[in-house]
Amino acid sequence: MSSGTLYDKVWNFHQVKELPGGSTQLFVGLHLIHEVTSPQAFSALNEKNLEVKFPNLTVATVDHIVPTLNQQRPFSDPLAEEMLSTLEKNCKTHGIKFHGIGSNSQGVVHVMAPELGLTQPGMTVACGDSHTSTHGAFGAIAFGIGTSQVRDVLASQSLAMKKLKVRRIWVDGSLQKGVYAKDLILHIIRLLGVKGGVGFAYEFAGPAIEKLSMEGRMTICNMAIEGGARCGYINPDETTFEYLKGKEYSPKGQEWDNAINWWKSLVSNSKAKYDDEIQLDGSSIEPTVTWGITPGQGISIKEKIPNPEELPKNEQQIAKDACKYMNLKADQPIEGTSIDVCFIGSCTNGRLSDLQEASKIVKGRKVSAGIKAFVVPGSQKVAKEAKQKGIDKIFLTAGFEWREPGCSMCLAMNPDKLEGRQISASSSNRNFKGRQGSANGRTLLMSPAMVAAAAINGKVTDVRKLLQE
Amino acid sequence: MKQEFPKGEINTISGPSLVIKGDDIDTDRIIPARFLKCVSFSALGEQVFADDRKELQGNHPFDLEQHKGSNILVVNDNFGCGSSREHAPQALMRWGIRLIIGESFAEIFFGNCLALGIPCMTASKQEITKLQNLVRENPNQIWDFNLKELSISNQKESFSLDLEGGAYKMLFSGKWDATSQLLDAEEKINNIVKNLPYLNNFKY
Repeated sequence: MSSGTLYDKVWNFHQVKELPGGSTQLFVGLHLIHEVTSPQAFSALNEKNLEVKFPNLTVATVDHIVPTLNQQRPFSDPLAEEMLSTLEKNCKTHGIKFHGIGSNSQGVVHVMAPELGLTQPGMTVACGDSHTSTHGAFGAIAFGIGTSQVRDVLASQSLAMKKLKVRRIWVDGSLQKGVYAKDLILHIIRLLGVKGGVGFAYEFAGPAIEKLSMEGRMTICNMAIEGGARCGYINPDETTFEYLKGKEYSPKGQEWDNAINWWKSLVSNSKAKYDDEIQLDGSSIEPTVTWGITPGQGISIKEKIPNPEELPKNEQQIAKDACKYMNLKADQPIEGTSIDVCFIGSCTNGRLSDLQEASKIVKGRKVSAGIKAFVVPGSQKVAKEAKQKGIDKIFLTAGFEWREPGCSMCLAMNPDKLEGRQISASSSNRNFKGRQGSANGRTLLMSPAMVAAAAINGKVTDVRKLLQE
Repeated sequence: MKQEFPKGEINTISGPSLVIKGDDIDTDRIIPARFLKCVSFSALGEQVFADDRKELQGNHPFDLEQHKGSNILVVNDNFGCGSSREHAPQALMRWGIRLIIGESFAEIFFGNCLALGIPCMTASKQEITKLQNLVRENPNQIWDFNLKELSISNQKESFSLDLEGGAYKMLFSGKWDATSQLLDAEEKINNIVKNLPYLNNFKY
């Protein structure tokens, strides 16, 4: 059993009591809600005649269903409009702060909360969305929950949870030029598998992790869940404090100094005990692309699509399914695979630095003929800052579309969808069958810079070649 | 006919079974995102596995006449991975599923099922394969699940199943609906609110 880790310390601060079943009642310090997984929770609350216990500890935004072309109300999709207006009504009834369209602070929930300074080290963060693990980048314990648990958190500001084991993933060295946080996490998921993290919280540590910006760290923790780990985190350090300083909801003045002291006290002890430890070399990682139908089916840009027969026995069947579904041939290089659609955005890679890195590739070049390429900033703040830096112009000049913020084609609950057998280069987090809105659409996951390179060449490209030119 | 959803103690479940083969079946496949555009779960039962069912044109296990009325689902490894959407177990439950048996389950999915009173029981790969074959050979077979005995059986065959202790106790005692238990601790919760540094100007 782990001891002395940040996970243990934060857990102890939030433990309400042991429940008869052997799980723990855990207090939730920050509860984030959105339009998709909250309406049924509010209905259940009403049916049980319960109030929202601490309305000031829940924060709402709208992201999954928002259209990215025209956000005029009412939305043209009546179901989307109904979901948004239900959320507005629920927030108003219960006194919950709502960051809506036109508020200047709306965005993908895992983008907007950190940039407002809502997410801080030492918190427990829960949200009805599996990518809540993102917030662990600040040294918070953050995890996704289902709608019944959203109801429980609204009613009691707590939930029933079993304590996880802790696996430290130590990454030595530093990422090479043209290799990003996305490549690192895809590589880790490839190594440990999509269910390797079940029952674990992942602590990401080591020189390569410490060198990452907060935005890179969020990309890493965001995809912990794709490796099966419900929760991923990184110990807070100067990079964390620098990011938080001056944010709207960050502590100020004397409180700030006190906060830093407390945050530092939460960092995993040098002699902390872990349930498992893994070490890898970040310097040897290359741009990584998924070729299959799970985020674990990734290979480096220099590799060939694996032959299912040559894989370990337990991976063969899903690899065969993947080859068939993706219509990709074993033993062919992934580089050069033709694509139809390029999507830059999502809670994984829709932040300013993601757009910035991608824009460096795009600048002075044109999107290849016949490719649909679009950028969806992660939040209104990201969109605003990108425009101030002229990033939108770079993309538009190159032939990308520049859209309004939302989850968009990561899961295609809005009008942004693949059509038919289209294949996308996508900076999002899931390549599941049908994930991007077409039942037989196909997704290749990669870094935003790699998506940009794919857009320019019309095919999967080693981004390092365009960085050199 | 109005459906009865699980309530109280979950001790025994009896009925015919059906099989969904494959590892890493994610919640997007169980219920594609377009069906999440709803403010109530009520219509989800008909939409479970919508894309897979469309592709198989009536030959998907959830469409076959022989599986009508089945309430036990037998799956493989890492079932329910991906999105945290409770819509997935809600869709399965509203189609009629009351018990899922598999090699392993994704964590959030497992918890979401527990919150609905649906046990997710595990067994070894070998045992699951054997059970799946028996179910396929004789889809009308009635299976009897017994939580206390951690087993599922018919007249001839019996399989041992596993469930971690916490979930077992919650289902066995009928206290899997956590809300009322959580509300019991009001005083302790208020205490935490008074003492958590970040809710108290970082005075600690």
